Amino acid sequence: MSDIALEVTDLKKHFPIKQGIVFKSTVGQVKAVDGVSLQLRKGETLGVVGESGCGKSTLAKMLVGLEKPTGGSISVRGEDVTRLGKAGMRRLRRNVQMVFQDPYTSLNPRMTVGDIIGEPFEIHEDAVPKSGRRRAVQDLLDMVGLNPDHINRYPHQFSGGQRQRIGIARALALKPEILICDEPVSALDVSIQGQVINLLEQLQDDLGLSYVFIAHDLSVVRHISDRVAVMYLGRVVEIGNEDEIYDSPMHPYTQALLSAVPVPDPTLRGHRDEIILEGDVPSPANPPSGCRFRTRCWKATDKCASEEPLLQIRQGAPHANACHFAAPRDVVHAVD
Amino acid sequence: MADVKFQSEILPELDPSAPLLDVRDLQVEFRTRDGIAKAVNGANFTVNRGETLAIVGESGSGKSVTSQAIMGILETPPAKIAGGEVLFHGVDLLTLSKERKRRVRANHVAMVFQDALSALNPVYTVGFQLAELFRKHRGMSKAEAKKKSLELLDLVKIPAAAQRINEYPHQFSGGMRQRVMIAMALALDPDLLIADEPTTALDVTVQAQIMRLLAEIQAERQMGLILITHDLGVVADVADKISVMYAGRIVEQAPVLDLFGKPAHPYTKALLRSIPRLDTKGQKLEVIEGLPPVLTNIPPGCAFAARCHYAQDVCRTDIPLLETVAADRAAACHFSAEVINGE
Repeated sequence: MSDIALEVTDLKKHFPIKQGIVFKSTVGQVKAVDGVSLQLRKGETLGVVGESGCGKSTLAKMLVGLEKPTGGSISVRGEDVTRLGKAGMRRLRRNVQMVFQDPYTSLNPRMTVGDIIGEPFEIHEDAVPKSGRRRAVQDLLDMVGLNPDHINRYPHQFSGGQRQRIGIARALALKPEILICDEPVSALDVSIQGQVINLLEQLQDDLGLSYVFIAHDLSVVRHISDRVAVMYLGRVVEIGNEDEIYDSPMHPYTQALLSAVPVPDPTLRGHRDEIILEGDVPSPANPPSGCRFRTRCWKATDKCASEEPLLQIRQGAPHANACHFAAPRDVVHAVD
Repeated sequence: MADVKFQSEILPELDPSAPLLDVRDLQVEFRTRDGIAKAVNGANFTVNRGETLAIVGESGSGKSVTSQAIMGILETPPAKIAGGEVLFHGVDLLTLSKERKRRVRANHVAMVFQDALSALNPVYTVGFQLAELFRKHRGMSKAEAKKKSLELLDLVKIPAAAQRINEYPHQFSGGMRQRVMIAMALALDPDLLIADEPTTALDVTVQAQIMRLLAEIQAERQMGLILITHDLGVVADVADKISVMYAGRIVEQAPVLDLFGKPAHPYTKALLRSIPRLDTKGQKLEVIEGLPPVLTNIPPGCAFAARCHYAQDVCRTDIPLLETVAADRAAACHFSAEVINGE
């Protein structure tokens, strides 16, 4: 066995744009994810950062099989899972589980906590024998730091942070190896965020889990990740170890993103090299030619419009980036 | 000072020597099924011209309700202003008639909301909504109002403003919509701007654009700015002074450097420590255990006592008052001296 838990190669998800009521015709494609290649190693946390619309949530959904890719492959333990049938998908889902962003809408309000966490056992009947299920749910509650006696309570009786713990317990019910966390703490208050992050790190140590951790909060991602991928308009523009990305970003977008994060230290005010990007992210239905970032980039030349930069290791850095003119730039401890 | 509208016919009794905004012992209650929730339980602060006050707190701490009470846009009922004063240059805004409140809101105090999509009217063009302000409050003609609206859209740096003025809110991106909101708030040249989580729904690169825009306009017009947020990074970047709220009370007030350098309240201290930083990499994050109290059932004594490392018996019986702990700063903690010295 290799040490790769999950591998994604040239993954694509294009959503058709349809027009007409009776005679529907496809008039375009929203290229939400457009050629992403990643590897998740066993026991590591891969952070995925990017702004809204960059395709990070669509990527997460494809990884757990909630969206079917329109191209490329996802392999889990060396097996391509994009062409699996129903039975195969079931096997996949046992191994790859998801923690959702919103702890308010991702739990059924009419089910008790015990039913929510125990539901996976009813679908995968061989996981735990019927007689042991209640006990198993209570163990899960205990594992995520909730009182096992609260098994008969309903979601509304819990706070946001506690609900997120319930979501984590449900994801862990089938003992998966990989957890896809899509913005797991962004709906929580700062003081509660820390509790959930600590729990996720604790569980990773205890159970040897691998995480794909998707978030827009760069300091949270830095704290939890071993490696980080930066996405822009459906593509990975830079990927590397956490310290490589944060200390010596090479891609202009990564640099701008890091420099835009406000630092909770008033003594740095006015001393930061802030790169203010102009404009908004272009529409993924009609991305710019060549490099997708060129419309907002201060380094862009004609070459960027005609030639798409590939994600590869370039001169000056040990990690891969996708920029013709990649160069280091001191971003003054943007995220400390 | 010359441009303050003291000759204003709306508020002839304005006192130019009084602070721009002086909130005294503001109390707001909500009647709920579970009893009376004290959302704001005695808030005190002042804002002067050209000054930025940040009100920081978690959800349910009362920061948004405070701003809505100042603006006079709380729904009553269920809300009830149970006490206190909101003095705008010495005039208590809470006691004004409905019509005068409306005119104060337009001319003196304006607000930028978090969610620009729901704050703008989806069935009118952006240009119409902006022009409406000039037509209703300044009695301008349609053509004049349109010209003024266009100037505003330029001021907030909306590209191709002449075309975009005829578009509807849904045709704008999140960041552009927030700029439209800011343009509307600035339209009648307010003396005080309240921004309630103005960038929370936006991406960081867009957040940086908007915060820079707000700072520029504030400096140029010497407005007072109240920034309501939970993001300590944004606060560190723009605030002059900070009020930290917890369970409806202000627990600490300090200039920005003092607050970040030497917090005087255990809650502020814990909050600052719970942000992931470079030196916490690979370690457990320091967290505030437990949850904030339920507002319908705030325990006696200090509301933070149950989550506090410094708590003693006195904290569970006596409510600590917001008292001066050093020059320009106050904290509501029985042990603020120990906290500030890092003991």
